[in-house]
Amino acid sequence: MQPSQFDENPKIIAHNFNLFYGDFQALKEINVDIPENAITSIIGPSGCGKSTFLRSINRMNELIPSVKTTGQIKMDDKDIYKQDVVELRKHVGMVFQRPNPFPKSIFDNVAYGPRAHGLKNKAILEEIVEKSLTDAALWDEVKDDLHKSGLALSGGQQQRLCIARALAVEPEVILMDEPASALDPIATLKIEELIQNLKKDYTIVIVTHNMQQAARASDYTMVFNMNPDRSGYIVEYGSTSQIFTNPHEKITEDYISGRFG
Amino acid sequence: MPRETLDSKLAQIKNEIYLLGSMVEQAVLDSVDTLRTRDLKEAKRIYDEDNIINEKRYALENAIIILLATQQPFARDLRLLAAMLLVVNELERMADYAKGIAKINIKIGKADIAIPVRDFQQMAEQGVSMLHRGLGAFIEQNPNLAAAIPQEDDIVDQLYNKVYRTAIEDAVAHLENIDQANNILWIGHNLERFADRVTNICERTLFITTGELMEMDSSDDENDAGGD
Repeated sequence: MQPSQFDENPKIIAHNFNLFYGDFQALKEINVDIPENAITSIIGPSGCGKSTFLRSINRMNELIPSVKTTGQIKMDDKDIYKQDVVELRKHVGMVFQRPNPFPKSIFDNVAYGPRAHGLKNKAILEEIVEKSLTDAALWDEVKDDLHKSGLALSGGQQQRLCIARALAVEPEVILMDEPASALDPIATLKIEELIQNLKKDYTIVIVTHNMQQAARASDYTMVFNMNPDRSGYIVEYGSTSQIFTNPHEKITEDYISGRFG
Repeated sequence: MPRETLDSKLAQIKNEIYLLGSMVEQAVLDSVDTLRTRDLKEAKRIYDEDNIINEKRYALENAIIILLATQQPFARDLRLLAAMLLVVNELERMADYAKGIAKINIKIGKADIAIPVRDFQQMAEQGVSMLHRGLGAFIEQNPNLAAAIPQEDDIVDQLYNKVYRTAIEDAVAHLENIDQANNILWIGHNLERFADRVTNICERTLFITTGELMEMDSSDDENDAGGD
């Protein structure tokens, strides 16, 4: 699969990307481009490398000492593995499966990133906190309780707080690893609506096990699977409407219709 | 097999669609046979029993919608269920043509007119044969079989053209017969439309198997049954 698969401008391009944990190859020859200002979901059976690929986009895999990569992942045409990693993560935010607010106030949670980047001006911080919470569809619910602990919020609110925290450093890309799997259905739909609203300003990549969520919430869908040697590869990548109504590959068909995986 | 529930319910619905199809086939053959026997009681029965077909169609539609909601199918399963929704509607509309013929038969009543029964029987037999195989191709999801059927619609069209010409010539020659000629035309039209709708079923078979929505060659038009 070559770059420029879609008409949209690619924000991220993976080119012959391989990832190894020691001798074990976890990702094999990943060639995709991820469109800008769109939501791309990554689906596939457990252990096929979805999260590994997601974490490769902000180099979180480097936290594991034995990890080695070959090939390239480019963002805006620049190889992310040849940039300063702190600078990269400023542009590529991440939201995890379980909401993980810091044991601090709601305000401090959102202000954490900007402060870590040296911002001290209180008025500007307040502005960033309000904007981030508004964009995360949480402002109206917490505007009178900004001093309260982030841990006092409901699970769905905590996850939106984590999204607000990611937005506060004004990233260009947001990576989400099963962001709604620990939430109830209403909180899940709120997150999905929120993601839809965010895509005009951000490029979003989301790993999900929930097929309906991928179908509802994303513009493009990437289907991963495992080779016999357990290395992950991309089976098929296309518009979400095509993947879920008329997939080209039998593995995709079997996986999304629940007959394998 | 992780989708046993879905697969067994799909198999049940397929069986019920087969059954609905055979009810429709019987209704149209019976309606044409009453043109031969002029048994108006039988025509009334056919007219009334269209309700049974309507009810079966709604029951099937409901079962399909429940499966869509509860099993949340994707890909081929989704295409199959979406196609089934359309096919049960087609079958119900095809039964309306039988009802329409029965209604016209009752309307003709005891009037002494020459009904081209043999032509109508041939049209009905051809249409029913196409439906039988078309529905079989749909249930078996056999695109090759489905693709070969719509062209047979020409046989029905030719018979219809023959009936049409004769009826018009009769009406022109005997203006007092114009109402009866009109009744003959409507019967022919119902049978012609009956066969047209088989093409729609065949199109859905191709949709299920290829994912492509495409129009197959037939003389499809969208006039009403006229008799229902």
